[in-house]
Order: sequence, then C-alpha cells, then structure tokens
Amino acid sequence: MLSLADVSAGYGSFRALFDVSLSVAAGETVGVIGPNGAGKTTLMRVISGLVAAVAGAITLHGRSIKGVPAHRIVAHGIAHVPENRRLFPRLSVEDNLKIGAFIPAARQHFADQLASVYELFPKLSERRSQPAGTLSGGEQQMCAIGRALMSRPKLLLMDEPSAGLAPLVVQQVFELIRRIRGQGLTVLIVEQNVQQVLDVVDRAYVLEAGRIRLAGTASELRNNDFIRRSYMGL
Amino acid sequence: MDIFLLEAVINGLLLAGVLALLALGLNLIFGVIDVVWIAYADLVMCGMYAVYWLFAEYGWPLPLAFAAAIVGVAALGLLVHLLIIAPILTSAPINQLLATGGLLYFLQSFATLLFGTDFRNIGIRLPIIEIGGIYVSYARLLAFGVALMGAIALYLFLKRSYVGTAIRAIAQDREIVGLMGVDQRRIYLVTSAIGGALAGLGACLLALQYDVHPFIGNTFGPLIFMICVLGGLGNMIGGFIAAFIISQIIAIGGYYYSTELSYVLAFMLFIVLMFIRPQGIVSR
Repeated sequence: MLSLADVSAGYGSFRALFDVSLSVAAGETVGVIGPNGAGKTTLMRVISGLVAAVAGAITLHGRSIKGVPAHRIVAHGIAHVPENRRLFPRLSVEDNLKIGAFIPAARQHFADQLASVYELFPKLSERRSQPAGTLSGGEQQMCAIGRALMSRPKLLLMDEPSAGLAPLVVQQVFELIRRIRGQGLTVLIVEQNVQQVLDVVDRAYVLEAGRIRLAGTASELRNNDFIRRSYMGL
Repeated sequence: MDIFLLEAVINGLLLAGVLALLALGLNLIFGVIDVVWIAYADLVMCGMYAVYWLFAEYGWPLPLAFAAAIVGVAALGLLVHLLIIAPILTSAPINQLLATGGLLYFLQSFATLLFGTDFRNIGIRLPIIEIGGIYVSYARLLAFGVALMGAIALYLFLKRSYVGTAIRAIAQDREIVGLMGVDQRRIYLVTSAIGGALAGLGACLLALQYDVHPFIGNTFGPLIFMICVLGGLGNMIGGFIAAFIISQIIAIGGYYYSTELSYVLAFMLFIVLMFIRPQGIVSR
C-alpha cells in the first residue's frame, strides 16, 4: 500500500533521514522504533507532506505521492495523528472532530463517522462541547485519534501516541490501537515504548540516526539480542 | 436619568454597532492571517464612494448599490491580500505594517486625485424618530440593526460551516490544519474577502449617516484600532464589547463636555488600560 524507497529528508541543511526504505501492506500494522532524535517524526512528516523529501520515492498504491502538499494528502486516504496530539485547544471537542472531516469526501459521512468515533471513545461524547485544551492527556490523545479517523482514512499514521501519558492510560491507548487494527485499518506507528508497541504490530523497523538499522516481524525483534539489550533493558 | 443623557447613551449604543462590525472584520483578519490592515478604514472609504457613485450619480437602486459596494470591497480585500500581504507573509510584522500603512496613503491620495476633496452625500434624509421625548436617527437605528445582523451572520458562519471552523482552527495551529486537508492559502483568501465584505457593509451603513470624502477613514480608523486593541487584538468577542465601551465614553463625554474632549478621554483611557492590561480587557 505505502512504500518508501531510499527517501532522504531534512530541515534546511540538516539531514534527518538517509536512504530510508520501508513498506506497509494493506491491513498491516507496522511500527517504527528508535531513540529520540532518530528521525521518526520526520519520517511521518515526510509521508504526510509536511516535510519535503529531497531524494527517493514515496508511493501509495503504486502512485507517487512525493511532493504532494500536506493538505492534499488526506484526500489520498492518509490521516496523521501528530506528535504531541496538536489539538486545537480553544475549539470544542466536536469542532476538533469536525475539522477532521474537512475534506468533501468526509463531509458527506460526517454524522455516521462522528457516531462511530463517539462509540469508540464514549468519553469524547460526554465532553463534546468542552474546549479540547481542558481534556486530560489520555482524552486528548483519543480526540487526536478521533480527529484523524473523521477523514475515513485507509492508512493511519500515529506519532508517539503514548508519549507523556500515565502508565495506565498508555495501556488504554495500546488497547485502542488493537481495536483500530481489528477494524481493518492499516496503521503505521512510531513509538519509543518498544515493549508495548511490539505487542500490537505485525512488523517493525528500527530507525537510528536517520537510517533503518533493523527490520523484522514483531516476534523476531522481540527475540533479537540487540533489541533486548538496547531497547528493553534485558 | 436626564433625558438628554439617555439620548446620548442611546446614540452611543447605535454608533457602537457599526464600529463593532468593523472591529470584527479587522480582528478576523488579524486573528487568522496575523497581519493588521492599517488601511482597513480606507477600504470603508472606497465602499462609501462606490455607494455614492452608483446610487447618487448613476441612479442605481440603493439595495443594488449596497450589494455592489459589498462585493466590490470584498474583491478589494482579496486584492490587498494577493498583492500586498501574500508576498510579505513571512517577513517581519513591521514590514507588513508599513506595507498596509502605505496602502492607506495610496488609497487616500488616489481618492483625492479621482474625486477631489469635496464632501459628498448620497442625499438620503432618513427621518428622526421621537420616542417619549428621545430623538433617535432612523439611519443610526437601521445601521445598528444591520450591523448586528452582519455580526450574527459572521458568528453563525464561523460556528456552523466547515470553512468557518477551519478559520477558527487555523489561528491555533497553522501547520496542523494542513493535515486535515485545509489549504492555508485558500483560508487566507476567504478571510480577506470576508474582512473586505464587512468593510463594504460598514461603508453602506456609514454612507447613510456621513458625507464621504477621501479622508473619512481617518475619523473612525483610529477608533477601530483602539477598539480592537482594547478588546485584545484578534479577540472578536473582546472587540465587540470594547466597541460599546468606547462608544459610550464618546457619547457621554460628548454630552457633558464636547465630542473633541471625549475623544481625548477615550484615548487617554486607552493608554492607561494598555499599561494595566496590555492583553486587552477580555482575556481568552
């Protein structure tokens, strides 16, 4: 479904990604793990068009989406849950979800999609008219995921959904990811929480210093010595 | 209460309507695009000339002249954004201020060149209404009502529509709205057109009450800026409230002393408030 071949990208003269290649098949849940500053967020931003790739190819269903600006990417069926959630804090929860359905194709299904997001996150329904900035961290993450789902995406990009959340809430977020993948959505998730993310993904890539260092299925990586030593502290 | 004071208070209230409408337009543009259109009141002047020429000179029906002025100033707003703001969107705010300040002098000089410095009136004398000994100008009453309807229409648009919701969202996170499919450039254009349309509507309402001349913008432009800053730049509700406060100061001050002194009072209060509450009277 999504494929990156030798993608390089950065900000100005700073290069954050070097010849990154990865692929995600339809229906798969794929993880990208790595330390802080490895380029994980840049990788997500390159896919959704917020950062331009300087080299390489990015294709979705075999068609190039390289150079497509961010505001057109969502119409291709890609929704991005950004790092730190980035809700519109002074808009109500429901207005945040409404913005998620901004593209014409999503507007038609607004009512149905809103109902299904509220079904997935009953808490959001309770707080629908509250400013999003007043939600708890976990609720904000749910709102950010809900906002992305409102565009009815085929591929969901999640950038560190567990960051900054209490351990119990982290559990809920991963439980949620399990439910979302159960609905047939393709998910690409970036995480530092290696142990937990390997429990919800089919495959994962290890990104270090802007390069793919290792790739494999979740169980391969869980038993890999390097991963156990560097990321699980075992 | 003294009946003449009451009359002054009511007239102040009615004046506030149009000022609030114009403050809404300026605040909308600042809140969304993050630029201050120094020449905003001069777009109103252009609209007033449009009403004057179409109605008084070419004999168009008044509603048609009004509609044309609103559309015309909305188009002017688009041009201001495309020609002046868009090319310098990422440069320092002072450059943007200087550019729109330059536009102010351009529009005033251009109007002087085209129309001379004559005061022109569209020649409609709307009646003065007497209610229990209080005299209220019908033109002001009408202007107040229409301005209020304009403000409500804007509110509903911003609250209910997708584009309106995007306009409210973009000021809170310019980058992330793109991920939802919102094209920032398009939202800026829509916002500039709405800002222009509000200036056009204000022009229609002011043309009913005042003569038009190339420098009419100077008489209420500073008031609109003061209202916006007092309410908190970019804060539309704050600006709305501030319009009523400033108008009352001017109306009541004008009743007890003189209009000129009441302007002095209003600006003094403004300066003092800027020391005490620089973020504006209404906090978010």
